[in-house]
Parts: sequence; C-alpha cells; structure tokens
Amino acid sequence: MKAGLSSRLFFRDRIAVSKPFAFALCLLPLALLVWDTLREQLGTDPVAQLEHRTGDWALRLFLATLAITPLRRLSGSAWLVRYRRMLGLFAFFYACVHLTTYLVIDLGGYWSQLLTEIAKRPYMTVGFSAWLLLVPLALTSTRRMMHRLGRRWQQLHRLVYVSALLAVLHFLWLVKADHREPLIYLGILALLMLARSDAFRSMRARALRPEKALAQSR
Amino acid sequence: MLIRKHDPILSSEITPPSIYQRRREWLKALGLGAVALAVGCESRSAQEASAGVREEPVGGKALTIGERGKYVLDEPLTRYKDVTHYNNYYEFGVDKAQPAQTAGGFHAHPWQVEIAGHAEVTGRFALEDLLKPHPLEERVYRMRCVEGWSMVIPWLGVGLGDVLKRFKPTSNAKYVAFTTISRPSEMPGLAQPILDWPYREGLRIDEAMHPLSLLAVGLYGHELPNQNGAPLRLVVPWKYGYKGIKSIVKIEFVEDEPKTTWNLAASDEYGFYSNVNPAVDHPRWSQRTERRIAGDGFNLFGNRIPTLPFNGYADLVAGLYAGMDLHRNF
Repeated sequence: MKAGLSSRLFFRDRIAVSKPFAFALCLLPLALLVWDTLREQLGTDPVAQLEHRTGDWALRLFLATLAITPLRRLSGSAWLVRYRRMLGLFAFFYACVHLTTYLVIDLGGYWSQLLTEIAKRPYMTVGFSAWLLLVPLALTSTRRMMHRLGRRWQQLHRLVYVSALLAVLHFLWLVKADHREPLIYLGILALLMLARSDAFRSMRARALRPEKALAQSR
Repeated sequence: MLIRKHDPILSSEITPPSIYQRRREWLKALGLGAVALAVGCESRSAQEASAGVREEPVGGKALTIGERGKYVLDEPLTRYKDVTHYNNYYEFGVDKAQPAQTAGGFHAHPWQVEIAGHAEVTGRFALEDLLKPHPLEERVYRMRCVEGWSMVIPWLGVGLGDVLKRFKPTSNAKYVAFTTISRPSEMPGLAQPILDWPYREGLRIDEAMHPLSLLAVGLYGHELPNQNGAPLRLVVPWKYGYKGIKSIVKIEFVEDEPKTTWNLAASDEYGFYSNVNPAVDHPRWSQRTERRIAGDGFNLFGNRIPTLPFNGYADLVAGLYAGMDLHRNF
C-alpha cells in the first residue's frame, strides 16, 4: 500500500520533470532548422529542404501520438497518456510550419496558384485536408473542451486516423519514383491501427491470460 | 532617305554582366527589401555572388574553350557547388545529395562510345576520337527539372548534330537512342530496381540535329564531375532535365520511337518529347512556375519565376513541333 503510494508519487514527479524535457525535445527539430537556415546550411534548394524537414517531423510526431495508446496497453504504463496531447499538438505545430513554408516561402507571390493547386493536385488536396482535419482537434484539445463535449469529444477525435492516413498519402503521392520512405510511414501507421483493433486486443488478451479470457468467454 | 547600315555590335557595347545583374538586384530589392529586413538577412549582391561563382574552387581538369558567347543568358548563374551537389542521378542514389558522395569511385576514363544502327559509319569509338574534330564551346543554358526547380549552367561541349553527322545516318534514322553505362560495382544505386536500368533516352532526329542540342563534357570550364554525368552527357535545354542522359555509352540511329526510362516508369507522367511546357501540367503537380536556384544560393525568398514555353527557347525550337498537339505529345 505504502509502496504503491510512493511509486505513484514517483511517477508524478517523473512526469513533472520529464514533461518540460519532452517539450524541449519536440522543439529541437525546429531549433536545428532555424539554426541551419541562419547559417545557410540548408543546401542547394533551401525551400525544398524546409518543406521536407517540417513535413517529416509533422508525420513522425503524428505517428508518435498515435503510438501512445497501443504502447500504454502493451506496457501497462498508464502515465504515457500524459504525453499524448503534447505530442499531438506538436505534430499540428509542425504541420502548420510546413504549410506556412509552402504558402509564404515556396509559393511566395504566386498565391493565385494556390486554389488551383489544392483543387487539382491530389497530393495537395490530401495534404491540405489532413491539416484541415487537425484544426478542430487542436482547438478542442483543452481539458475544458474535453469536459464540455463529453462523449462526443472521443467521436470527434477519431478524425485523427483519417488525418494520419491522408498525411501519409500526401507523402506517397508526391514522390517521383522511390516510394520506400513513405511506405515505411504507411507500414507503421498500419501497424498502429492494427494494434488498436478489437480483434488484435482480444487475441492478445487470450494469448497473455488464457484462463481469464476463457473465464470471460464463459 | 538614309538607310543606316547596322554595324556589327562590338562586344564592348554589350551590357556587361555586372551591370545587368545589378539591375536584377535592384528589382529584387524593391520587391523584397522589406522581407529581407524583417528576417534580418541582407542578401549579398548578385554581382558579388556571380564574381564569387567564378572564383569558387572548381574540381577536375581545366578544359580549353574554343568558342564562347554564342549562347549566353541575361540571368545569374547557379553556383558551381550547387550544380555539382544537387543531382538527380539515381544510379548513384535517389537523394540529390548522394551522387556527389558516391560517384567518386566511378571511372570515367578511358571511355568508349558505341555508335550503332542506321548509319554508314558505326562501331566503337574512343571518346577523344569522337570529340577531336570539334572545338569545345561554352554555352550557358537554363536547366528546368520536371520536379519544378531550375538552374543556369555554363556547359562545355560540342554540338550533338555536328558529331552525329560524321557517322552519316541513313534515311531510316528517324530517331536517336542513347544509353547510360550500367556498372553496378561503381554505381550503388543500380542495386535498387527503382528504374528499369540501364537508363535510356531518345530524341527525334531533327531534335538531335538542332544546333541547341549539346553533347557536354564539362561545366564551368572544367571536366564534368562524375555526379554530373562524366565523361559525356546530353544537354537539351528546351526539354525537362531527365532528357539529358548522363555517362553515355551507346548512341543508336533507329527507325521507331525509342523506349525511354521515365516513360517506361510512368507513361502518363513522362512523355517521349518532355518539352518544357507551362501549359501542360505534370499529372501530380503544376508546371506553370519554377524555383530558380541561382545567384548567391541563399534564395529563400522570391525565387519562384514563371516557366517559359520550351524553357525560353521557343523562338529557336518551336518550329520543330509545328502542327503537333503538344498536350497529347507531351
């Protein structure tokens, strides 16, 4: 009993300490990007480099966010969920930087091209939709909104899977010939989705606790 | 009435690059001064950058330039470093930075080229013999990649048509097919079946004979670096960059339209002609504008420019396609 309390305290402390650390870690790719930009270290095509790097980090953090729940179930570490919102908001943040880079720096001056681009190019349509779907999720990510929306909050936030799929498609569709990298992201996403499915959960439950699963089925 | 005879223009009367580049800089400053101030980065003048371009360390053996000035552009050059460190040469890796890293072990000398097909003279020829009768020309061309970026490159080479004529193509020679070397031990990218190796390209015979078509052996006054297609590559400035096949080992005169690598990979996206055309989009992205990689390199802002029909060479080459539907023959 006493041990349980102290370990709970220990975890609370750990989260209190590690959360700012995780926050700083999530900002590191941006800091490196700014550093490289100012030192003119972005290579021959700095605009493409900015777009690729912000896009990559948006996608990575997105997948990290989606990995929290399966990881929590697998490891039984409930505290993991405390990082989910932060990771998700950072994924959205990098997606915003990514989109802004495209709008302001890449497209610069040719904004009339924007609407036709979004409407006509499947990879643009899909990428923009992925970002658009994240906007309401980011806006309703506060504790207050969570309470206010109640059960509908979870329903709304299921949009995250649609957005993730669109984001990976966006990457897959813009590649010229070498699809290996976007396919890795797609593979990870598929794995994460599978890990969430009820079939997988019950299968695992049966494998881990055969007697309990049996008891349940009776 | 007095009709004034046009005197030949003296080279001293032509606006020197330092002046026209400064003019561009002024235009740029007017449009972007505020942005540059806001982000606290004052771009170096294009004149300074262009001077720097020439002074930059350039690799490889210096070549003797026989002729220059026939094809020049009123646009800042792309830096040597950028031309040689941003390459689509999948045989050396799919990332554009990779070829510069992995092509070092490639042996571009000695080199032979096989001439085959419908011509009176065929066989294998040493590169030196292929080039010997022709003085090397420097030509500054735009290079527009199908991906939507572009460069301005001072190539060194010989007119493709001048070389081809020596082999006396017959009337059956309707097209010219080119093949890149396939040397897996020196080209790590060949291990990946990303494209149907060896890389192949082709031109219609009149395109190949057009004075703009260039067989390049160098850039910036020096031998081509391996990652740019040493020792011999094609440059067809009015077509998308991938038509400029690199490290050529075979040139064949053929009767039927040859198969080309990117067309085999995705025929709806990459046509045989592949003429730069802002009116015909790539199915997945627009070709109306491009990002120009030129000048001092730190061009984060304002480097998007309109793409020109035939990459700005319409007055010279549009006649080749008279009466053709360029939307269908893309």
